[in-house]
Amino acid sequence: MYVTPARRAKKAVEAVIKGILITSSTVAILTTVGIVASLLFEAMRFFGEIPFVDFMFGTEWSPQTAIREDQVGASGSFGAVPLFAGTLLISAIALAVAAPVGLFAAIFLAEYAHPKLRNWVKPILEILAGIPTVVYGFFAALVVAPWLRGTGEVAGFDVSSESALAAGLVMGVMIIPLISSLSDDVINAVPQSMRDGSFGLGATKSETIRQVIIPAALPGIMGGMLLAASRAIGETMIVVMAAGLAANLTANPLQAVTTVTVQIVTLLTGDQEFDSAKTLAAFALGLMLFVTTLVLNVVALHIVNKYREQYD
Amino acid sequence: MTDQLSNSERIQAGLARRYRAEKRFRLYGIIAVVLAVGFLAVMLSAIGARGFGAFYQTHASLEVTFDEELVKDKDWQGIVKVAMRKSFPDVKARRDKRKLYKLMSSGAGFDLQGMYKADPELLGQTRTVWLPTSDDIDMLMKGQIDRVLAEDDRRVSDKEITWVDQWIASDRIELQFNTRFFTGGDSREPELAGILGAVMGSLLSLTVCLALSFPLGVMTAVYLEEFAPKNKWTDIIEVNINNLAAVPSIVFGLLGLAMFLNFFGMPRSAPLVGGMVLALMTLPTIIIAGRAALRAVPPSIREAALGMGASPIQTVTHHVLPLAMPGMLTGTIIGMAQALGESAPLLMIGMVAFIVDVPAAFTDPATALPVQIYLWADSPERAFSERTSGAIIVLLGFLITMNIIAVFMRKSFERRW
Repeated sequence: MYVTPARRAKKAVEAVIKGILITSSTVAILTTVGIVASLLFEAMRFFGEIPFVDFMFGTEWSPQTAIREDQVGASGSFGAVPLFAGTLLISAIALAVAAPVGLFAAIFLAEYAHPKLRNWVKPILEILAGIPTVVYGFFAALVVAPWLRGTGEVAGFDVSSESALAAGLVMGVMIIPLISSLSDDVINAVPQSMRDGSFGLGATKSETIRQVIIPAALPGIMGGMLLAASRAIGETMIVVMAAGLAANLTANPLQAVTTVTVQIVTLLTGDQEFDSAKTLAAFALGLMLFVTTLVLNVVALHIVNKYREQYD
Repeated sequence: MTDQLSNSERIQAGLARRYRAEKRFRLYGIIAVVLAVGFLAVMLSAIGARGFGAFYQTHASLEVTFDEELVKDKDWQGIVKVAMRKSFPDVKARRDKRKLYKLMSSGAGFDLQGMYKADPELLGQTRTVWLPTSDDIDMLMKGQIDRVLAEDDRRVSDKEITWVDQWIASDRIELQFNTRFFTGGDSREPELAGILGAVMGSLLSLTVCLALSFPLGVMTAVYLEEFAPKNKWTDIIEVNINNLAAVPSIVFGLLGLAMFLNFFGMPRSAPLVGGMVLALMTLPTIIIAGRAALRAVPPSIREAALGMGASPIQTVTHHVLPLAMPGMLTGTIIGMAQALGESAPLLMIGMVAFIVDVPAAFTDPATALPVQIYLWADSPERAFSERTSGAIIVLLGFLITMNIIAVFMRKSFERRW
């Protein structure tokens, strides 16, 4: 009813739409702010009860809530070192599996394989990345762990039924596609002229790969490894289903260890009041997890991006 | 001259070794690929072999009489007991009778109740009905319980085996398609447990997730790609989105617990909250795919539209967005597939409870399909391990379908400019 040539309705409407677009793009920022705020807030309450130093450097982890006020050991102990060690052990096993397999698979597919073979194998490797982690966890707990235990018995080792090795091996397979696809990208980004130069000097294919391509692609490959490490540290379902609950401080992969993510899940599933140190501890662990993976990601993305510019 | 000769001799001498190294290197590559593909094959076939049995359930045929007294008392299981006594008239001792009743599932009575509800004419009549047996008998029939083992070492006693053998001899026991697995909610009894509740929970969560993340993701992608000025603020958003994509999923669960449940007081275990958490998690995937799709639309389209007098918003909504939509939808489907397989954040917001009823609303307590798998994987019964694998097969079936749709869409809408 007020449409007149003087009234620039289109401009107003477009300004509103643009405003909506800008608002929606801040949701991503708000999510990060929400994560940081909720983790920090709850973790601060936790550190109000348990000193930060005790948490970071204590070697005993036995969280428990008191049923009575005067109970013995009512406060529990919250030394997270065994959890950090367990997380590192399982992640290290996973990387020890995924790094060589993923890298060699990428090299083979990029440099040796017939295009037809590559078209078949690459999607198959991507299937590995698409399988839900709960399926890996089920497989680790039901097939890999008993098998390792059985083989261990035959060979005379005492393998725990929740060994770090079983969880680590299966987690390693899960991150193979991550490493192989990232390595594949950087290997393909190495200019053909560098290969031709190396062949021209009489190097064989493997010599070219080892002495020219890998060094040239190394920063990108390292970036991929860091991303894979961050994935392994933050992985939850495999370790919840296949790793242990008891916090053992050990470097023996045949024993059961527990991880940060396992403890977060055990502390927060089941009913309990939200104010106890036990539940708050989960948020402190979550904060550690968030900071660690964030640092790894930032460093990895920085390395990958910096390297990409070199040949563009 | 002599110098050159010795040089080429030196090369010749090393050549065999270098070729061997070359072959070895190539072999490592092949081994790596075979290992990865082999593991996938072993995992899928192990789960397939275990899970196939979940689609079949042992049923026994009984002469059931809808006795007026028992129907009035709603003692449906009592009707089953009477029928069992009739099938095995030789069993007299009380202890043996109790064992005899345990051959049948404790849910067999519900089937009779359902039959009676559908047809009240049945009162007082006798019918031959196939009813589910207990999980132990099911396992025995599927060959999962070793008959050769000593009696104390297996879950089925010798007496029960003789009864089952009588049934087998008279063809009154057989494996039938397990409809209950697809139409039932969770149960403590493996033979009664179904995945419908979990599938509905996943469906409700994914609906919420899609309704939130798709519009938000598309709008963010449009803003960042088409309108945003190149400045510090948009740089922050970009770095932030990339980092958010790599945050461990369990952290999103912690966010949901602290923010949605404790701060905003939303209901626990509800698909609404699950969907919101999953939406935040899949948002980066959709944004990144959406931006790639927008970037693939050539600038000439925009220039032509602007040249014809379209406003910037009209240019985007009438021309750029429709052309980028297939790519965006592909990214969204892949993001939804990710969300469907995700369980860690749902554990944090309480979607791990034991829930028998099939959820019907967004605020009903529910689980999700992957969480159901996690719950069943923890159950000690041998029959649950079979159901777990069966549920995994269903979950993988959904994921494969979604990915095939995504690949198909990418292929059929792919355009070269």
